[in-house]
Amino acid sequence: MSLLEFARGPAIHASLILLVGGILLRLLGVLLLTRGADLSRPRDAFGNFKGYRTVFSRAWPSDEFTTATRYQTAVAYAFHLATLAVVIGIVPHIEFITSLTGLSWPGLPNWIGVALGTIALASLIALILRRLGKPAVYNSTVEDFITWVIVALPLITGLMAFAHVGPRYETMLALHILSAALLFAYFPFSKLMHAFWFIFSRAQSGLAYAHKGVRI
Amino acid sequence: MATDSTLGDMLRSQGVSRRAFLKYCSAMASLLALPAGAATAMADALAGARRPSVIWLSFQECTGCTESLTRSHAPTIEGLLFDFISLDYHHTLQAAAGNAAEHAREQAQHDNAGKYLVLVDGSIPMKEHCSTIAGISNLQMLKEAAADAAAIVNIGTCSAYGGLPMANPNPTGAVAVGDIITDKPIVNVPGCPPMPLAITGVIAHYLTMGELPQLDHLGRPLAFFGENIHDRCYRRPFYDQGKFAETFDDEGARKGWCLYKLGCKAPTTYNACAHIKWNNGVSFPIQSGHGCIGCSEPRFWDALGIYDSVPQGQFGSGAKLGAAALAGAAIGAGAAALARRKKAHHVGEDTTTS
Repeated sequence: MSLLEFARGPAIHASLILLVGGILLRLLGVLLLTRGADLSRPRDAFGNFKGYRTVFSRAWPSDEFTTATRYQTAVAYAFHLATLAVVIGIVPHIEFITSLTGLSWPGLPNWIGVALGTIALASLIALILRRLGKPAVYNSTVEDFITWVIVALPLITGLMAFAHVGPRYETMLALHILSAALLFAYFPFSKLMHAFWFIFSRAQSGLAYAHKGVRI
Repeated sequence: MATDSTLGDMLRSQGVSRRAFLKYCSAMASLLALPAGAATAMADALAGARRPSVIWLSFQECTGCTESLTRSHAPTIEGLLFDFISLDYHHTLQAAAGNAAEHAREQAQHDNAGKYLVLVDGSIPMKEHCSTIAGISNLQMLKEAAADAAAIVNIGTCSAYGGLPMANPNPTGAVAVGDIITDKPIVNVPGCPPMPLAITGVIAHYLTMGELPQLDHLGRPLAFFGENIHDRCYRRPFYDQGKFAETFDDEGARKGWCLYKLGCKAPTTYNACAHIKWNNGVSFPIQSGHGCIGCSEPRFWDALGIYDSVPQGQFGSGAKLGAAALAGAAIGAGAAALARRKKAHHVGEDTTTS
């Protein structure tokens, strides 16, 4: 069995099992701990609605923080949008998703895929540089840096495979798939779960504040 | 039998002009990535080359490799070069049969010990009774022929990497030549079949330089297997533009768009098909509308389905993912239930004690 066969066979399969099982484990393990509804009368008649609205309104910083967080907001948006577009937009990824789910859609031309991948990597580097430059603000842990490396690896190996940089294409493709497998396996047990938690944490805070009549 | 006549004598007798011969040598020197001046040196060396003795062993194979080399539409210098070698043993092509044929092989091995080339097509069954010639198993014949050979050239994927006979479930226990012979120089010229020019290119290099060409990590001559087909494919611009044939009869297929989604293995296949092409440069599989099946790569029968595209995951059924989802949900729910019970227990204790 070649490295590529191992990567797109047992390795990616095992990582997806960990991803699916892990996400459900984490979601149910936390969500089933929720307390019951607050029985006190909400101070705001539209409290619940305003609470759920927070899921979207918190996608942008409050006016008071716009200037202070401008760099972080812009670069983080660039990273998330470019990464999402690359993950679901380029043809090899669509082929992979099709083999897993049967779903397919038109892909992007290569030059757009490469541009998006480059933007994603550049913004990821910009974010880690800021994190390193402002340790007092970010108060980083070792996990933060491990997570950064695990997120950066698929971007780096993907761009290298496309550009024929480093080892031969089939080896780079295998390394790319293995790096994605590592990301999948790591995802549920790390801060990357914010991809799911952000909905619940924002809604929870929004509901609590709205119930108390806090302006949100 | 090897004789004293040279390749130059033979080509002249066939009416090949010096100009045509130099043209061939220039092309070959270029293909082998030799310096420009090497063409003349190659022409001189080849013209003066003596006929090398070659023993061609056919084991578990389909004769497609021999067909590839011999079925050219018009006589070519590649074909004549093949004619020039002293093919002392070849089941399909030799006139002799039975004991006479086997005697010819033994005689060639004896007379040219240490100097002859062994060309092998077909894999070798380790279950020896599965394939025998004149009562001699393939394994035994290979070992005998290889013992005094100068080098071994594997013609085709079966002898180079096991090929179709070694594909799952491999009923004969087939292996590649390199799995058995480890003490001789081996060149792999894989393909199903291999390109004729790659076969004669190795022979021309050997005759000219007196040594085997530079090889990649899979034992293939870099001159012919140094680049993947995808990078040299004339349909590559469509890949870059995101234009793909989705089926074999859609508009994309009619317009000649990239066959990547239809399972083309060109991105992971190293061969010269895309730039040298077949049938005297007429076409190659992708040009005729079918994706590359990766025939010059090890395990190409088992590694991926012919119509599975390169990045597809090989998951088998989705049952394991479903089971993982259920298991994850159960463990998560169980952990939450335990945590709630523990908390309720503590609350109860607190109430009692207070």
